Amino acid sequence: MLAELIIGAIKAIIVLLMVLNLSAILLWFERKGSALIQDRVGANRAAIVGVGRRLGLPNLGFVNTLMADPLKLFTKEDFVPAGADRFLHALAPFLAMFPVLITFAVVPFGDTLIIGDRSINLQAANLNVAALYILATIGLGVYGVSLGGWASNNRWALLGGIRATAQMISYELAMGLAIVSMVMTYGTLDLQLMCREQGGVWFGFLPRWGIFVQPLAFLLLLTAGMAESKRVPFDLPEGESELIAGYFTEYSGGKQAVFMLVDFAEIVLVSALVTTFFFGGWQFPWLYPDGFHLPGGAFFHLPNLAVAIIQIITFTLKVVAFCWLQILLRWTLPRFRYDQLMRLGWKGLLPLGLLNVAVTACVIVFGGV
Amino acid sequence: MPLWLFIFLAALAIIGAAGVVLQRHPVHSLLSLVMTLVVIAVLFIGLGAATVGFLQMIVYAGAIMVLFLFVIWLLNLQSQPLEPGHLALKFLGSLGSAALIAELLLFVVHPPPAITQNRAVAMDFGSIGRLAQSLFTDYLIAFEATSVLLLVGVIGGVALARRTTAGGGGAPGGTP
Amino acid sequence: MAPPSYYMILSAVLFCIGVSGVLLRRNVLIIFMSIELMLNAVNLAFVSLSRAWGSVDGQSIVFFVMTVAAAEAAVGLGIILATFRNRATVNADEINLMRW
Repeated sequence: MLAELIIGAIKAIIVLLMVLNLSAILLWFERKGSALIQDRVGANRAAIVGVGRRLGLPNLGFVNTLMADPLKLFTKEDFVPAGADRFLHALAPFLAMFPVLITFAVVPFGDTLIIGDRSINLQAANLNVAALYILATIGLGVYGVSLGGWASNNRWALLGGIRATAQMISYELAMGLAIVSMVMTYGTLDLQLMCREQGGVWFGFLPRWGIFVQPLAFLLLLTAGMAESKRVPFDLPEGESELIAGYFTEYSGGKQAVFMLVDFAEIVLVSALVTTFFFGGWQFPWLYPDGFHLPGGAFFHLPNLAVAIIQIITFTLKVVAFCWLQILLRWTLPRFRYDQLMRLGWKGLLPLGLLNVAVTACVIVFGGV
Repeated sequence: MPLWLFIFLAALAIIGAAGVVLQRHPVHSLLSLVMTLVVIAVLFIGLGAATVGFLQMIVYAGAIMVLFLFVIWLLNLQSQPLEPGHLALKFLGSLGSAALIAELLLFVVHPPPAITQNRAVAMDFGSIGRLAQSLFTDYLIAFEATSVLLLVGVIGGVALARRTTAGGGGAPGGTP
Repeated sequence: MAPPSYYMILSAVLFCIGVSGVLLRRNVLIIFMSIELMLNAVNLAFVSLSRAWGSVDGQSIVFFVMTVAAAEAAVGLGIILATFRNRATVNADEINLMRW
């Protein structure tokens, strides 16, 4: 009992630290990425007391974004505007952060790891209704931004909060429908079982990933996910030219850092969900629990520990790849207009999602899959 | 669910519920209600009804309450002092609550034998499969009727909230 | 283990707080929220009895209550908006045109 508890706590802490670290590194990733796209050098200041430069190493600005930025933000004055609701103003960033972080509890990052006679499921919480859990936590994420906007006692902030809320609940529908069609495809709501379903290959070379079965659902989930994370093609809630900074206009210091971190944690979340549902999660092609079964009939035996490590690394790399894709999109696409945003959500994605669910149901019932 | 956890959650639920009635600002009332709803969802999950618990979070906390929040913002409601109650209401309320407390005390001292113990249930109790079996066999007609109800609700909501252009009460210059 | 009777008591307490909200407050929105609270108290009773008797029926009823609550919220908030547009108030005592 106690051992179970300790293992559970370790898994939860590892997941939490991975997510927070990845979100922080994404901050640097985004600066360098945007510089690459816009043909600039990008973040290149703040070397560690000039050591790197003295040794002739290229300064990548890593220290800048990972240490100087948070130091700067957390040493700034934490300003609360007059007439603001002090309690909710302080609560809002964490209300936005909490649902995003707990969603990672059901994302599997590997198959079973066997230590001694104990087999550990590499997933922080094994829930048999995980898909519903994801929708529930994402639904709760609305409160953080909306209350952040309202509690600031600022019109731009309130407008940003209202826009963010409207946008998030509109795109949640498309996201829910995409997840429903995946649930129908795999016949389970358990994310770990979904990942196991995606093992193996078709025709000897095509991995049995969800993207090849449900390409439309993949597009829906990615689009809706990007809208949920409120970044550039969908950044109406914080459109700088109209609303200053939207719902976090009146935030400064540490609380604003938390709001920024939420944005990046949401990118990681969308990547993790897309990976789990459509790209096999921790599945590495031709890797089975006992080792590699290559197409030519070759077989390399691997111990369980090595398999687990390869799976974890595979999952992380897939997630990082989708984070990069989202950063690319963010720096490539222009912003929607508000009516275009709503039209895309309600007249584009929602009917497509319903159609996808209906077609999936027909294939399951009549095709006997 | 262990007793201490139940007592903790029950206390949270009651604090939230009291907040709905006692908070002066509608947004604060709403947040208290959201807290109570989430705690009730957690209680559902603790009772083995995981599907219904998460549905409660999605439908109530994630959708209905957001709708309330929108309406509060739309009407721009501000803090209001609590109204003093009418004398007759106070009298009736005291009578009612006294009766209720007596009944609850009786319930604590002598709970009906049917509900002193939980029956043993199968592992998949409260899973989405069991719920679906019940919904699509015993309650099929009711289930189909709710879909009609939702459709009527959508149409009714749109019809009521729409601004009528001909003479109605639309605020000047406010056609969406 | 908390016995089912405790859940029933919690449910009764929550229901009564909801009733008191309807009786004490005159803001239509808060009255509406109190009604939602009462519905949820009843839901809690249904689910705890469903667990006590080992039958899923209670959970099915909760599912229906949720759908009805969703429809009710859509229509009810629509009515509140329409009333506010005509009378510019959300105080239940001032909405008295149909009263005699």
